[in-house]
Amino acid sequence: MVKTRRIITTLLRLLALGATLSATVVMVTSHDSADVLNLKFSAKYTNSPTFKFYVIAEAIATGYSLIVLFLSSKSLVWRLIVILDVVIAMLLTSSISAALAIAQIGKKGNSHAGWLPICGQVPKFCDHVTGALIAGFVAAIVYLVLNLYSLHAVLSPLFPVKP
Amino acid sequence: MAPQSGTEKPMFGYGSISCKAKSRWSWTMVGLRLLAFLATAAAAVVMLLNKQTKTFVIATVGTTPVNLTLTAKFQHTPAFVFFVVANGLASIHNLLMVMVDLFGSKVDYKGLRFAMIAILDMLNVALVSGGANAAAFMAELGKNGNSHARWDKICDRFGRFCDRGGGALIASFVALALMLIISVISIVKVLKSNK
Repeated sequence: MVKTRRIITTLLRLLALGATLSATVVMVTSHDSADVLNLKFSAKYTNSPTFKFYVIAEAIATGYSLIVLFLSSKSLVWRLIVILDVVIAMLLTSSISAALAIAQIGKKGNSHAGWLPICGQVPKFCDHVTGALIAGFVAAIVYLVLNLYSLHAVLSPLFPVKP
Repeated sequence: MAPQSGTEKPMFGYGSISCKAKSRWSWTMVGLRLLAFLATAAAAVVMLLNKQTKTFVIATVGTTPVNLTLTAKFQHTPAFVFFVVANGLASIHNLLMVMVDLFGSKVDYKGLRFAMIAILDMLNVALVSGGANAAAFMAELGKNGNSHARWDKICDRFGRFCDRGGGALIASFVALALMLIISVISIVKVLKSNK
């Protein structure tokens, strides 16, 4: 019972590690430039503080997943890990929702504020950012599932045995 | 688990904590939840009623000025709509938890009560944090604009809209901190009652 629990949590953490790592890397390597009329449009992830926050948050989550994968044998810090998982899940959901909000404006614009969409001018940048956002979304969902599983696995001795 | 005939040891568990300990510890939780409910409700309501109309003079034809009336509403931005929805749902959750804490100490289903409270608290922390952060970065975009994407800032023209949105954001971040503390306490309760 303990072994299956350990295997499933390790698998989930590996999945989350892969997702956060790919989100960070894809966002960092996204850049594109275009020449429209006389203006030079160059788009990098550093142009927007939201995407910088996204990269930092995913990098923190990657480092945390890596550290926890390597110390999952001791049971003394396991309670702290459960609580830190909740904090990291909160961080991941906040970074993905902020980046989604800004990316939605970049794709559709906001006519009320007079903001034009930029995806027409820099399509490669938009595709890269979309990929990074999908990876980040998967990472957030995996961390939520991991939290639910941890809470369920902690509680299973509480459930009474059915006769 | 019937108590033994001699002494009755107090165990951790909602029904069997002695009256003195229950009043100190769980009144703190009820107070925190009440504060979180007020903060999320305030954030949702302030953002819901956030609207500013302003008339601009954009040209002068002869001697008559040509006016243009623009309105800034929260519905124009999907991030603010999500902010209102998330804070509304979280305030409903907090209210429900306060009711359960005050009036529902007899309600239990196979020991699932701690589990459901901890899980729901965690889900609502994620929800509120998503809404608050999306709205915060959207507000930062409205305040500073983005020169690389040629997006102008709007806070210099709609100052009151921005101020009210900022107030709602502050309330939501306070609620987020409170709900994180509440969620950690709920999880610690679950872990303790398991040992």
